[in-house]
Amino acid sequence: MKARIHVFYKDSVFDPQGNTVGESLKKMGFQKVKGVRIGRVIDLEIDYSSKEEARKDIQRMCEKLLANPVIESFKPEIIDP
Amino acid sequence: MKTGVVTFPGSNCDDDVIDCLQRTGGFEVHPLWHKETGNLGDYRLIVLPGGFSYGDYLRCGAMAACSPIMTSIKEFADRGGLVIGICNGFQILCESGLLPGALAKNLSLNFICKDVQLKIESVNNPWTNQTVKNQLLSLPVAHGEGRYIIDDQEYETLVSNSQVLMTYQENPNGSSHHIAGICNKNKNVFGLMPHPERSTDLRSKGGLLIWKSIKSHLGMAS
Repeated sequence: MKARIHVFYKDSVFDPQGNTVGESLKKMGFQKVKGVRIGRVIDLEIDYSSKEEARKDIQRMCEKLLANPVIESFKPEIIDP
Repeated sequence: MKTGVVTFPGSNCDDDVIDCLQRTGGFEVHPLWHKETGNLGDYRLIVLPGGFSYGDYLRCGAMAACSPIMTSIKEFADRGGLVIGICNGFQILCESGLLPGALAKNLSLNFICKDVQLKIESVNNPWTNQTVKNQLLSLPVAHGEGRYIIDDQEYETLVSNSQVLMTYQENPNGSSHHIAGICNKNKNVFGLMPHPERSTDLRSKGGLLIWKSIKSHLGMAS
């Protein structure tokens, strides 16, 4: 079993990296780009018998270490083999 | 005054802090390795120095916040012990929950290394009692992720408890409300992005006032 977690700055926190990349895309002529946010992807190799149990633990892992809930939001997903 | 200076893998201002404290005088300095555990009961001050602990993996300070010594430091702080975190040390204190808020990438995306003017916002605490309110201090900053972020409600709490100790005159990194340094509600834990250990002699001495404040608070002649 695998889990993939996407971590981004919360919408309320300005992302200077995403903003700069967005500006560059516009300068290249991609005028339809209205916003860019850059985040992090974390893949976990896990060994759980139930998805529910995995989800619970991963939620705690995100809150305790993988994301900083003060400024970041996170979205975990379980990927079946 | 027994003082512990913690070294994490990747700390690089630990020796600067030790040298500064020895030159300032009155501090009996003990280096502490991050793997040490146990009671810090007879210490009067713990310093988390600047640097790039764990190579800034995941987020600045996130891995160091999980280091074994942080459990002892949390207990020490809960008992009212004085803890100061400088730069990466400030990031570690926020990541470990000892201080509110968080530190994010500088708005400019640049690593900023220069002297900045700071304004003292509050003086009734162990950290800035040898300064006067609104006094201007010049201290160096050197960071890539020093943008302090706090939500409006928590900011109101900080202000009403006089927890904002210093602000930037010209905001270098985009910090909320120009915040450069804050303490916890009990005022015994202090975090700041500028480096007071790099400003105690030669051309600038602003940092000396922080170390003198600590000594004064602990009843030592400055």
